This record gives sequence, structure tokens and C-alpha cells, in this order.
Amino acid sequence: MDLKIKIGKITFKNPVWVASGTFGYGKEFEDFLDLGSVGAVITKTLTLNAREGNPPPRIVETPSGLLNSIGLENQGIDHFIREYWPFLKKIGTKVIISITGTGREEFVRCAERIAGEIRPDAVEINLSCPNVTHRGTRFRLMAQDPVTTGKVITAVRKRIGCPVIAKLTPDVTDITVVARAAESAGADAVSLVNTYPAMAVDAEEMRPVLGNMTGGLSGPAIKPMALKAVWDVYNSVKVPVIGIGGVMTGKDCAEFVLCGARAVQVGTANLADPVAYARILDEFTAYLKKKKIKKIKDLVGRLGT
Amino acid sequence: MNRKTEKKVVKRRILSNKKVAEDHYVMKIEAPRIARDFSPGQFVAVKAREKVTDPLIRIPLGIHRTRGKGLELLYKVVGPGTALLSAKKTGEKIDMLGPLGNGFDLSPLTAAGKKTAVIVAGGHGIAPLYPLAEITAKKAERTEFFIGTDTKDHVVRAEELKKLGIRVHIATEDGSRGFKGYVTELLKKQLKRTTKHETRTTLYACGPRPMLAALAEIAGEMKISGQVSLDAYMACGIGACLGCAIRTVDGYKLVCKDGPVFDVHEIDWKRALRE
Repeated sequence: MDLKIKIGKITFKNPVWVASGTFGYGKEFEDFLDLGSVGAVITKTLTLNAREGNPPPRIVETPSGLLNSIGLENQGIDHFIREYWPFLKKIGTKVIISITGTGREEFVRCAERIAGEIRPDAVEINLSCPNVTHRGTRFRLMAQDPVTTGKVITAVRKRIGCPVIAKLTPDVTDITVVARAAESAGADAVSLVNTYPAMAVDAEEMRPVLGNMTGGLSGPAIKPMALKAVWDVYNSVKVPVIGIGGVMTGKDCAEFVLCGARAVQVGTANLADPVAYARILDEFTAYLKKKKIKKIKDLVGRLGT
Repeated sequence: MNRKTEKKVVKRRILSNKKVAEDHYVMKIEAPRIARDFSPGQFVAVKAREKVTDPLIRIPLGIHRTRGKGLELLYKVVGPGTALLSAKKTGEKIDMLGPLGNGFDLSPLTAAGKKTAVIVAGGHGIAPLYPLAEITAKKAERTEFFIGTDTKDHVVRAEELKKLGIRVHIATEDGSRGFKGYVTELLKKQLKRTTKHETRTTLYACGPRPMLAALAEIAGEMKISGQVSLDAYMACGIGACLGCAIRTVDGYKLVCKDGPVFDVHEIDWKRALRE
């Protein structure tokens, strides 16, 4: 069975990846998993300078979901390059660096730092974290604005040789419009969905549960909506679509691939169980075997045929 | 003191799961490795149910006691997850991640001139403090153990603690047992009466944040050093999600990885109470 897939010129050993923000910088999981077995490790999102993150409580469970407002806490891209990259580049699989900025300039400077110092296998541009507010757009998030999305992708694309993946928000009227804008601007793939804006309320104390009032919802609760977004985008763009949203089992992976995802990202499952990834990959492999699927591409988007 | 025991995900047999007081249960799990190597203050994260998406994440529980190969977890039923835990039967297996975090630092008790352990437990915060008392009963010159609860039916382990040969002080908010009022008020009274050499005293505590904040104030006034174990909303338990942040004097730290035990004077209590 051939699990390999390609995004741009890069070949990945399998289509089951781990999502940004749910896998730290890989090191946190080395006691639990063979990191080399992971299709790709996507780092927690990095910014140019260190960010303190949002006030706690930052995370709370909701029915079949996880609501967070971490607020992109990280120590900045230079700290990452110094402290984590030497470890990550040796884990034996592809590493994708997730970057964000509050405005276009910060994305560009992150891209320049990466291009000047290291050679990741791809960069995921996080245009869609619901716990921050972007500048340079009339919307709250860049990924809600097709024009700004295009401008950021073009600017990053110009400075980086590796594949560029645009991570999109589902919190839009029509996600296909933004996906097409990313594609036109030169994105090698689009990944979706980021978390849904959401709230949890403590009725007893009469206050929001999260310190930041609102957050982003992930986990099985959002899977049906994520599948719809992937299906819609798959039917609108030619670049590969990477599916994200509540993947807990091998069957969930299959559902996303059937909807058109060339790869999927395991997110919340990593936080519920640090050994989940290995089980999910095994289950997906067993599914492919049972269905006699020889190549992943024979399954991609098969819902429509 | 903090021996580094490799954290693992294991599935272990439940040896017993008994109610010990109203809403309070003790689950005993066959887990010889953790039982042998854990430091008091460390915790495990258990799944209330497997192969379902609700509950989704693990429940963090402070390691309570070890009895032979059995690891005991004392927990209070506070929501759907802990309610499911309380329904688990002997012989069932439980999915457990641990041991996690850093335990209490016992070195102040062995350092010259610092020989009294004052331990303060608020509610089921007694869980990680009992095994600490088992050690201080032997290592410290004196251990004073304060238990504070809302009512007498929620006082657990008082008799077992007395058997360790340490002094136990009880406060209940409704006055149904011991001192009527907050345990911090009782502590303040006792400290003023008995503690002449504050530098010899180390405070250890676990319980609700307002109680810990009040203790920080007392410790500050009396110039006592101390350590507190914190509870927080938590997801991964291994320092990956950055969900369980707590405001310290050096910025945010993580309860799961940097804690759950912190120096009482390290926490920014004003913000920790609000956040």
C-alpha cells in the first residue's frame, strides 16, 4: 500500500499529520510516539516576537469539543530556530512551520527569518486563529478577507522556496471565495478548518468560562461542519486541500479524504491522548487495506464519483 | 526529591473504588511503577470513559496514597466526568497518563533549622497532601495538619493522619466539626500561638484558590516559606497545549509542567484569583 502524498514538490510519507497548536514543537510527544512515523509535524504557530498569550482560564471542555483561547503564546521565531529546530530537523519526518502575524509585515519578516536560517519542508500560514485580531483588513481575521489573504500569500510566497499552505477559518460566508484567493496568490495548498469562534458560560457564577470571554472550538463537535467546508473547497480549487476538524479515528481520516482532503491533521485528539496519533494512523491504514485502496489519491474526493 | 519517572499512558486494573465520604471516592489502581516512584504532589490524568467523544479529555487527579502495588486516587464528584469515574467497578481497566508534574520539595525540612511542616488541606485538596504527611511525619520534627471543609461530612483522612502521630486541626464553615470558619482563620490563630520561630516552618497546601491566596498573605506576614499545589483547567497534561497557564511573578507558567506545585510567593495571587 502506498501512503505517500505530494504537496508542491514535497513528498510526505503518509497523509495523517498533526495540527498546529496541538503538538507543541514535537518534543513534548517524544516519550509517547515515534515522531518519525508521523506524516508531518506542524509546529505551534510562531510570531516574530514572543507573545504572552491570553489570560486564563484558557481551555475548557464542551460537549464532544474543546474550547480554547491560548492566544498564540510562543517565544518568538528566533527562539524557535535556536531551541527547537535542531531537534525537529532530525526527527525523521517532514516538518511544517506555522507562522502568523498581526499584519502583513510580520508575516513577511517571519518568512524572511525562516528563509535566511532554516529549511522547513513547508510553511503553514495561519490566517485564521480566532483568538487574535489582525490589522490591515476591515475584517477581524485575514482569512475572512480574500484580498488580504491573497496579499499575504503573495508576499510570503516571494520570500520562501518551500510549499506554502494557507490555513483558513470556517467563520466566513463562503470559504471557497477565500480558498480561491489563496490559490490565485500562489498557495500550494489550503488547510481547513481552524477552530470555530465559540463561548462557554458559567451560569452559576454568571460569567464566561474563558478568561478571554470567547475562544475557538475544536474536536468531534465540529467535524460535520469541517467535512462540509473541505467538500466545498475541494470542488472549488485545484490545489490540494488538507482537512482538519475533530479527527479522532482512522474512519474520521477516511471521511475527510473522501470529501477531498489529500491529507488530514489530527488536532484535539493529541491533547486528549498523547498516543492517539499511532492508533489513528493504524486504523486508517487498516481501513485502506479493507477497502483495497492501493493509493491515497484513489480515495481523495471519491464522494463525488 | 523529584525523581524523574517516565510519563506513560497505561491501562491498569481497578482494585477498588469506594465512597469514603459524601461525594468523595477513593479509587485504587494496580500501578506498581507509579506507586513506587511518584513524589507527593505529582498527578495522573485519567479517562473517565474510553472510545467516546464525551467526555473528551482526561481528568487530572493528584496522587493520593500508595498501598502495596495499589495507587490510590481520592476524588470528589464535581461533574459528569468524575460521576462516571465513581461508577467504575473493581476489575475494570482505566486509561491513565502519568506520573505528571513536579511534587513538593521536601528539602526545607531537612535543611538546618527548618523543622516544622504546616500542611493545609482545603476540601478534596487533601488528596496529594496525605502522602506528603506520611513523609513529614518521619522527616520533620513536627507536623501540624489543618483540614478545612464546608461541613463535617466532607472531612476525610483525619483519623488516619492522627495515627501517623501528627497533630490534626479541623475547621468547618458550618461549625459542624472543629473550629467554625475558614481553615485559614484557624491556622492564623494557631500559628500566632505556637510558632515562635517562623523560619523553622514550611507551609504546604492544596485547595481552592481563595484559600491558597489567603495562605500566601499569612505566609507573607509571618515570613514563612511555603509551597502550594494548584488546580487548573487543563487539557494535554504534558505542556503542549499551554492551556493551564497561571500568572506568576515571572509571567505565565504551566500548572501541568512547571507545577502543579509552586512556591507560595511565586504566584501573582491578585491575578490568579481573577483569572
